[in-house]
Amino acid sequence: MTITRRHFLKAASAGGAAATVALATPAPAEARTNKLMPPKALGLLFDATLCIGCKACVAACKQANGMPQEVSTPERLWDTPLDISGKTLNVIKVYQHGTNAEKDRETNGFAFVKKSCLHCVDPSCVSACPVSAMTKDPETGIVSYDKDACIGCRYCVAACPFGVPRFQYDTATPQIQKCQLCKHRMPEGKFAACAEVCPTGATLYGPVEALKAEAKRRLAMKEGDEAVFARGDIRTPYAPHVRPAAKYLQRIYGETEIGGTQMLLLSGVAFAKLGYPDLPAQSYASRSETVQSTLYGGMVAPLVALGGLIWAVRRTTKNGEAGE
Amino acid sequence: MHQDPISTLEAKLGVSRRSFLQFCTALAATMGLPKGADAQIAQALAGAAKRPSVIWLHFQECTGCTESLLRAEHPTLEKLILEIISLDYHESLFAAAGHQAEAARKAAMEANKGKYVLVVEGAIPTKDGGIYCKIGGHTAMELTKECAADAAAIIAIGSCASWGGMPSTPPNPTGAAGVNAIVKDKPVVTIPGCPPNPYNFLATVAHFLTFGKLPAIDEKGRPLFAYSRLIHENCERRAHFDAGRFANEFGDEGHRKGYCLYKLGCKGPETYANCPSILFGDVGSGSWPVGTGHPCVGCTEQGIGFAKPIHALADLKNTYPPASYPRIVEDQGQGLSFGSAALVAGIAGAAAGAGAMLARNLGRKDDESDKA
Amino acid sequence: MKAQPIGGRVVTPVTLLLGLLVAIALYLLGKRFLLGLGAVTNINDGFPWGLWIAWDVVIGTALACGGYAMALLVYVANKGHYHPLVRPALLASVFGYSLGGLSVIFDLGRWWNAWHIFAPAYIQWGSVMVEVALCIAAYVVVLWIEFLPTLFERLGMTDARAKLDKALFVIIALGILLPTMHQSSLGSLLVVFGYQIHPLWQSNQLLPLLFLISAIGMGFSVVVFEACLSSVGFQRPLEVPILERLAGILVWLLVAFLVLRFLDLAVRGAVGAMFASGALSFWFWLETVLFALPVVLLFKPQARARRQALFLAATAMLLAGALYRINAFLIGYETGPGWHYFPALSEVLVTVGIVALEILAYIVFVRKLPVLPRAH
Repeated sequence: MTITRRHFLKAASAGGAAATVALATPAPAEARTNKLMPPKALGLLFDATLCIGCKACVAACKQANGMPQEVSTPERLWDTPLDISGKTLNVIKVYQHGTNAEKDRETNGFAFVKKSCLHCVDPSCVSACPVSAMTKDPETGIVSYDKDACIGCRYCVAACPFGVPRFQYDTATPQIQKCQLCKHRMPEGKFAACAEVCPTGATLYGPVEALKAEAKRRLAMKEGDEAVFARGDIRTPYAPHVRPAAKYLQRIYGETEIGGTQMLLLSGVAFAKLGYPDLPAQSYASRSETVQSTLYGGMVAPLVALGGLIWAVRRTTKNGEAGE
Repeated sequence: MHQDPISTLEAKLGVSRRSFLQFCTALAATMGLPKGADAQIAQALAGAAKRPSVIWLHFQECTGCTESLLRAEHPTLEKLILEIISLDYHESLFAAAGHQAEAARKAAMEANKGKYVLVVEGAIPTKDGGIYCKIGGHTAMELTKECAADAAAIIAIGSCASWGGMPSTPPNPTGAAGVNAIVKDKPVVTIPGCPPNPYNFLATVAHFLTFGKLPAIDEKGRPLFAYSRLIHENCERRAHFDAGRFANEFGDEGHRKGYCLYKLGCKGPETYANCPSILFGDVGSGSWPVGTGHPCVGCTEQGIGFAKPIHALADLKNTYPPASYPRIVEDQGQGLSFGSAALVAGIAGAAAGAGAMLARNLGRKDDESDKA
Repeated sequence: MKAQPIGGRVVTPVTLLLGLLVAIALYLLGKRFLLGLGAVTNINDGFPWGLWIAWDVVIGTALACGGYAMALLVYVANKGHYHPLVRPALLASVFGYSLGGLSVIFDLGRWWNAWHIFAPAYIQWGSVMVEVALCIAAYVVVLWIEFLPTLFERLGMTDARAKLDKALFVIIALGILLPTMHQSSLGSLLVVFGYQIHPLWQSNQLLPLLFLISAIGMGFSVVVFEACLSSVGFQRPLEVPILERLAGILVWLLVAFLVLRFLDLAVRGAVGAMFASGALSFWFWLETVLFALPVVLLFKPQARARRQALFLAATAMLLAGALYRINAFLIGYETGPGWHYFPALSEVLVTVGIVALEILAYIVFVRKLPVLPRAH
């Protein structure tokens, strides 16, 4: 007997019962949309045009979170992390081009940018984590990590579109490390250490709504006009920083990217050049969970498939032809 | 018998040969001149046939520049420089006064026409015809123009003479301006600072005496040897800036520990001067504003000193970002290594070989069954 | 056609060598548990999943889909004549999945918490990994139950055998459902990676289906491959007529796969990317050629009777499926520029040790237990 197309199709249609039931059932009603920002969401506004690259935030972050030194220079004198890592939650990076003649200019210029957790509104890491070790606070929206739940699978590390959660590869008891917006300092009445120490107000802390309004105010400013920039916490700012407004790119990064983030960024240089990729508005978490809920929503499809399979196997094993 | 000019000087001034040569070396070092220049300077200062004439004008100022100059100690300057140069007119140091003094100025200008050095201290008021500063019935503007006309070199000492300095602080009621605003047809060397470091002035004069020309200057007339680098670049507290350690207020822990003063308004990052390198007042290490715990106020920088509030943050003027900064893209992770590549290749090769043998073996069986 | 142990010595130069490789892997794993993953592997934050996940788990379980594919054919499509192939396929699946599941533990940073994935208090149901982990774990249990009749037979436990037989149909049904679920979900794992997976491999809707079809294809191929291997290794005749029919199924499965794959690429507008992606284009076309090779080799029904063609086609399919997974998980994955990864020597040696253990166990089992069909 040779296999004909007919035989194959028959076999495939029967054999792939589970697959076809599960995969071909369109269920648009179950499609999960982007999650929404918690009303009291807290976050950061990073304005690259104000950042002078002093690394005060890097040092303060280390201190506030009790993280160890990370050296990258031959003399091994200072904490000089090259990137965020299992030992560093926050880093300032430099963009350089050509002669580096002017700050915040794309050609022949340079710019500083902060890299730390963006606290997505609909985070991929939370969606990826199988054991609820990554959670998003329903009130503040802070994405935090629970080492006691974590199994160390690093799905969050791989899933994050910004490469933020980092793993410790050099210990027998590793943890994931990421910025948690200094939530451990909140009971003491303190806020994010990076914003607290920022001398220029480049990193500003506060409710995301207020930060977004502030970002819009800055985008509306005329280049060169004297402008006032709040420092610290936008609700209770320190003495302001007064200086001429820079030339802004008319875009707030994090406003729409993968459903929005609670850290917003302003810059004079294209974000893609600063390591912040152009991302769609639909969150990857919602895409993934739509696929999953389409296939496994209420376990309906798998149970139907199991019923079919039990029937089919019973039939074949009963007639003795294929019985064990 | 011909006597060594330095020995003559030794006798004349009562300065030891050793301290004189030390002084010359210090000046050469201030200017960043190569080895051997100290000897040249020594020869030029000690051996000048005729002391060059210097005319020193005072306008809107506090005489702080002169005062600080007098307190230079390597060795005492009033002895040394004032004997080397012929200070033919200086209102503060002159014994003479009134018409006598003015006559001395006129005489010196006449006698040294085209050869004298003009030093201006203090801002020049320009509003209302310059009436806000008059000496001997002449406005500062007139005096400057008159003296500049036949000067071999013009040096504006202090921030006031350099661009207007403190008197020009908005709203600037007298229209105070620097020498540059009055003398436009000749190069003016400016030695800004409030007061300027005396060695920057002395080095400029020594350079003129030694090489017959003024040192190289920037677009604001400042000698490059002293003003080509930001204070921030050589600051002894720079390591704290790079590590993000700041004093947040006067007297706090960071301040006591000697952290960076940027957050207190230090203008080091936008002020060009060599203060952190040569310090001030000849009293040893730490003897300059930042060294004593006060933020730099930017006195050598037009638009910063006397213009920007002391507590206001500086705008960083680094023309280059620091070299040791993490870049947006850093190479990370371990790529191909010889050992693992060899092992993977070995496994792949062995598997391919075994597969080929197996395929041949099976092919032979195919042929056998074909025959059967 | 009853199965029987093929007998013979267990301690041979081949098994000794395999034992040595296992010992090396054990030493390296000891190091990993004492000093951390970085001491043995090259994985990093740019490639948090390396060889151990891509090969040991993703490819390893796909290679172990022989039992699943055959069960699909025998019990669902009611093709009883394939039955002699079920037991050897099942055995390979038992080892493949057990070791795949075990190697996950090596890769887990906080392995002592691994039980959380089965504890409802911890489970996060939106995670694709939950589905994969639960199904694989359940399937390992199911596979061992499915394999029990072989053990009972060997031990002469006819009563137990008879009792098990009565309930076995439920287990078999589960043994078909579970791989369907997790083999497709291994593809869904990538959806949340978004742009980090190159457009040549990222696809929201079809990833599960493409992974499933290729896993079934690998299942069929591994049966053919193993049959060829053991026919040479144990000097046994090859069940050519059965394999011939299997080959026919494989051809049509692959045609379906390729049609879906290219339709998906076209719909997503990734046609240009096939040619304009530099090194990635090369890997894409190598993978595609490998997928197409079995179709070419076995398209004519006469060719399917030739052992050589069967072997080469099965090998090509296995390589294709493996490369598809490596491409999707490693080569086509980029979390940002600047990251490098190539497995460390010690990392590869652990994988080699796991494969060695698998082969070793297979050899011991077929010599001692009634797995392979009685020779004619």
